[in-house]
Amino acid sequence: MARFGMVIDTARCVGCMDCVIACKTENQVPEGFHRDWITTEVSGRFPTLSMEIRTERCNHCDEPPCVTCCPTGASHVEEFGRIVLVNHEQCIGCKACLASCPYDARFVHPDGYADKCTFCIHRVEAGQDPACVAVCPTRCMHFGDLDDPQSEVSRLLQSRRHHALLPEAGTRPRIFYLS
Amino acid sequence: MTELTTTRSNPMVDPILHVWGWEIPVYLFLGGLVAGMMLISGYFLFSGRWRNARSACYVLPGMSLVLLSAGMLALFLDLEHKAFVWRLYTTFEPGSPMSWGAWILVLVYPALAANLLMRVPAPLRRRAPALGELSDRLVERPAAPRWIGATNMILGGLLGVYTGVLLSALGARPLWNSALLGPLFLVSGLSAAAAFVHLTARDAAERELLAKADNGFLIAELVFLALFLIGLLTASGAHARAADLLLTGPFGALFWVGVVGLGIVVPLVVQLLAVEHKVAHTPVAPLLVISGGLVLRFVIVQAGQVSHWLRLAGL
Repeated sequence: MARFGMVIDTARCVGCMDCVIACKTENQVPEGFHRDWITTEVSGRFPTLSMEIRTERCNHCDEPPCVTCCPTGASHVEEFGRIVLVNHEQCIGCKACLASCPYDARFVHPDGYADKCTFCIHRVEAGQDPACVAVCPTRCMHFGDLDDPQSEVSRLLQSRRHHALLPEAGTRPRIFYLS
Repeated sequence: MTELTTTRSNPMVDPILHVWGWEIPVYLFLGGLVAGMMLISGYFLFSGRWRNARSACYVLPGMSLVLLSAGMLALFLDLEHKAFVWRLYTTFEPGSPMSWGAWILVLVYPALAANLLMRVPAPLRRRAPALGELSDRLVERPAAPRWIGATNMILGGLLGVYTGVLLSALGARPLWNSALLGPLFLVSGLSAAAAFVHLTARDAAERELLAKADNGFLIAELVFLALFLIGLLTASGAHARAADLLLTGPFGALFWVGVVGLGIVVPLVVQLLAVEHKVAHTPVAPLLVISGGLVLRFVIVQAGQVSHWLRLAGL
C-alpha cells in the first residue's frame, strides 16, 4: 500500500498562492479559512540574508498526534495512501487535535468539525494529483508514493538536499522541502 | 535571526492558538476539585469516620455530583460539534486521554451515587423509601463502606491525574510536555477539596484535620510546581521559553501573584499559624486556596496554548 507524501522545491516556489486558491476552490474551503498557506522565512543578518518561500499544509505525519489524541476515532489514518483524514460525522469538535498539531494545520470548520488538507484524496483516488500540485505554475510541487523508490518524490529525495518542518516535534512529517 | 511571515489566518489558530477559552480551565478545575473530594470522602468512608453523623463525607458526594455536572456542562459548551457528543461513547481510544476521561466519568457517577447512599437525605428518604432501605442495608454490611470508600479513592485519583494528563499528552505545546502536570493537578485538586471541607466542616476535629492536610497538599503543590518548571527549564529551548511565559513573560504576574502568592504561600502561612493556634481559623485562607486552584488551571491552559515549537518574536 502506498504512503503518499509531497516534495516541494523551495528554489522554484515564488509564493504566487495559486496552490492556496486551487485548494479553496477544489475543496470549497470557507471564506476566512485555509487548508494550505504560504510561509516566508527570512534568516541571517544583513547583508547575508537568505529567504525560503514555502507552501505549507497538513504534513500527514507518520506518527500523527492528532490521530492519537482524538477521543472518538474521527481523526484517522486512511488505508489508501496512509492519508490523515477526519470523519466529519464522528468529530465532536473538542479541538484536542488542533492543540496537538505542531504545525497548526487544522481549524474548526464553520459547521463544527475539525478540518484540514486531505491531499485531495478524491482526486488522488481518480489518479490525479492534488489540486495544489496540479496548478503550480513553477512545477515546484511533487506528489507521490514515498515507499516506491522509483517514484518522482523518492528520486528527488535521493538526489537533492531536503528538510522537513519541526522534525524535533517527533511526528515524522511526510512533506519535504528541497533547498 | 529568523523571521516568519505567513498568509494563514485561521480563526482560533492564528496568530496564536486560542482554541480553549474559559470552559476547559473551569472543567479541569472542577474535575480536580471533585477528584479531591472523592479521595477525601472515600478515605473517610474507608477509615470508619462515616460513623460520625456530622462527618463531611455526607456532604461531599452530593456536592461532587453537582460540581462535576457543572464541569461537564462547561466541557459540553466548549464542543464545536455538540450534536455528535454521543460519539465519545461509541468507541474507546486507548491513546487518547480524553477518551479515558470520558469513560472514567461514566464510572465516577455510580461511585458517587453509591457514596451518597451511605446516608440518604431525609426528604429523599421520604419520597423514595426504597432508597432508604437500600442505604440501611449498606450501612449494616461492614465491608460495604470500605469498598465504596476504596472505589471512590481509586476513581478520584484517576480523575485527578487525568485532568493533567489530558494536557500533557498534547506534545505540540511545550508548556504541557510534562508528566508532572498529572500529579500537580491531582494535588491541587486535593488541596482545593481539603480547603472546601475546612470551610464547610461541621465537626471541629475534621476541620482541624483537613486544615493540617491542606498544608501538606499546598507544600506538595509547591514542590510539584518547582519540579515542573525545573523540568521545562532544563529541557529544549522551546520548553525553556515556555517556562519563561510563566516566570517572566506575559503570564508572570498572574502566576506569581495569583497562583504562587495568593493561591499557595499566603494561605499556607495563615493555615500553619491557625493549626498552631497562633491565629484563629479564617475562611479567607481556604477561599484563597480554592481560587488559586482555578487560577492555576487558567494560567496553564492559556499559557500552554501560547507556547510553541516555533520561535515567536516577543513571546
